[in-house]
Amino acid sequence: MIPYPVLITQLALLVAVLFLTSLLVGPAAISVRDSIVALFSGEADPLVLVMQEIRLPRAILGAMIGASLGLSGAALQGFLRNPLAEPGLIGVSSSAALGAVLAIYTGLAALLPLALPLAALAGAVIAVLILLALTGPRGDTLTLILAGVALSALAGALTSLILNLSSNPFAALEIVFWLLGALTDRSMTHVWLAAPFMLVGWALLAGLGRGLDALTLGEEASASLGIRLNRLRLAVVLGTAASVGAATAVAGAIGFVGLVVPHLLRPFVGARPSRLLLASALGGAAMLLAADVAVRVITPGQELKLGVLTALVGAPFFLWLILKRRGGLT
Amino acid sequence: MTWLARVLTAMTLGLPMAAQAAPERVVSMNLCTDQLAMLIGPTQVLSVSYLASDPRSSAMVEEARGYRANRGLAEEIFLLKPDLVIAGTYTTRATVSLLRRLNIPVVAFKPANSLDDIRDRVAQMGEVLDQQDRAEALIIQFDADLAAVRSKSDDRPRAATYYANSYTSGPNTLAGSIMDAAGLTNIAIERGLDSGGTIALEELVIEDPDLIITGRPYDTPALAEEVLRHPALVTLRADTAPVADRDWVCGTPFVVAAIRRLVKARDAVLVR
Repeated sequence: MIPYPVLITQLALLVAVLFLTSLLVGPAAISVRDSIVALFSGEADPLVLVMQEIRLPRAILGAMIGASLGLSGAALQGFLRNPLAEPGLIGVSSSAALGAVLAIYTGLAALLPLALPLAALAGAVIAVLILLALTGPRGDTLTLILAGVALSALAGALTSLILNLSSNPFAALEIVFWLLGALTDRSMTHVWLAAPFMLVGWALLAGLGRGLDALTLGEEASASLGIRLNRLRLAVVLGTAASVGAATAVAGAIGFVGLVVPHLLRPFVGARPSRLLLASALGGAAMLLAADVAVRVITPGQELKLGVLTALVGAPFFLWLILKRRGGLT
Repeated sequence: MTWLARVLTAMTLGLPMAAQAAPERVVSMNLCTDQLAMLIGPTQVLSVSYLASDPRSSAMVEEARGYRANRGLAEEIFLLKPDLVIAGTYTTRATVSLLRRLNIPVVAFKPANSLDDIRDRVAQMGEVLDQQDRAEALIIQFDADLAAVRSKSDDRPRAATYYANSYTSGPNTLAGSIMDAAGLTNIAIERGLDSGGTIALEELVIEDPDLIITGRPYDTPALAEEVLRHPALVTLRADTAPVADRDWVCGTPFVVAAIRRLVKARDAVLVR
């Protein structure tokens, strides 16, 4: 088995390489040398604009959103002790998207930019609270999935309804963006809007390690170790909502990252939830950056939505998970 | 069964069914034919599409108020008892074929993709409404206006239209020929986008055009239009010229307003 520090270093290197790749890939053909020079140049030049105002925010958002999804997936799975807990699957992302859609298409976000991440966060908080109320702290798998499907469907339907009712003819076509997610033409404004919320979310989730480790022994055992379940729950709710909410507000609901990444990495960290947190954050960043590079390479000119690629990777993985469980291999 | 005989004769002879007499109850179902019909046969028109009274897309909002508005549904049009229906070739086939089955004559107008097409459509409307003289006068006026507004200098700054969802118009479109008439070089030509297509924001930034022509954004927000406010586009050194949809969405003599607007923007680029 790979030692934990080595694993983290390797994942960090992978993220760095993919981040660079993301900066170098795009519809405009720019040589590697020119790209790097333009990235650090202070001149007013079209090349500099492309690198600093279009590609850099895209790469930063890709890494941050991927990390948010991976981290919250690992935290939710650890807290609910349920392998299916994932922000996309259980309806947190789609509820956050509903909040963001409400803020944008009513014009609120144009008046008050902060309304966008706050509304998405509110959507996500409501979704997590409903889920926790329905499933209880044990997180029964069937209840969780049923509640998640219901929440996703409801939030998706309301999102579509709002977009269909808009008097702007383009709005109805944007249902796809909110349900599948994309990073096309995002700007530094989006980075500044989302980053503070994601950082707060990360900080809350990163502190969960000891609690989640203790929780693997059961609630009573963890309580005897001095873990206060209520505080743990509050951190999970707020941390997930803040990071996933901010991510969804600027890039739409991107599914499967939070499901696949923790599963892939769990064997490498000896199934310790605390170690899985950082590893999943890095793994999520790598997966989303790779997906975002792929959408630009596979279909240049008419970019695929990110959710298409993550689902193409995620859905077969999901099927494999089912087969594995049925075969009693778990 | 006399109507059937008439239909058959009309079909075999290829003649319009509302034979010689000028139509008196004309219903137009398309924004562009609405405006042509109101210009050429104002007293013969009974109803125009609801879009004709939308100030965003129509140049004849005041005039359109004087007519009944239709939403292009076969049922409501049938109840108006028209003796001629004018539609666009892209009007829903189902509606048009249903109206034809109900024995209502329907004429379909192709959209105009160039200034020449505008002259053709005006003349066609003159034929259809039996107002050839009015149409002829309109074309002469149009040509005079064009000659007056057309750019004189040979300098042709590079320009691009940029709409929601990164869409740009090619040279074989009405917008493209309007840019040409205004003395602008459309960068879509170099890129081989003959009838238009999407151009990624970063490609547009690299092209570094002298002038970017945008539409007027809708009052309600949409992400599709966010690209027009992207910091990279705002920082670009190009001038921007918003042109209202109503001035060039339809091939009518009103496009002169769009050409005038672009000539002004072009002159501003040249003195810069």
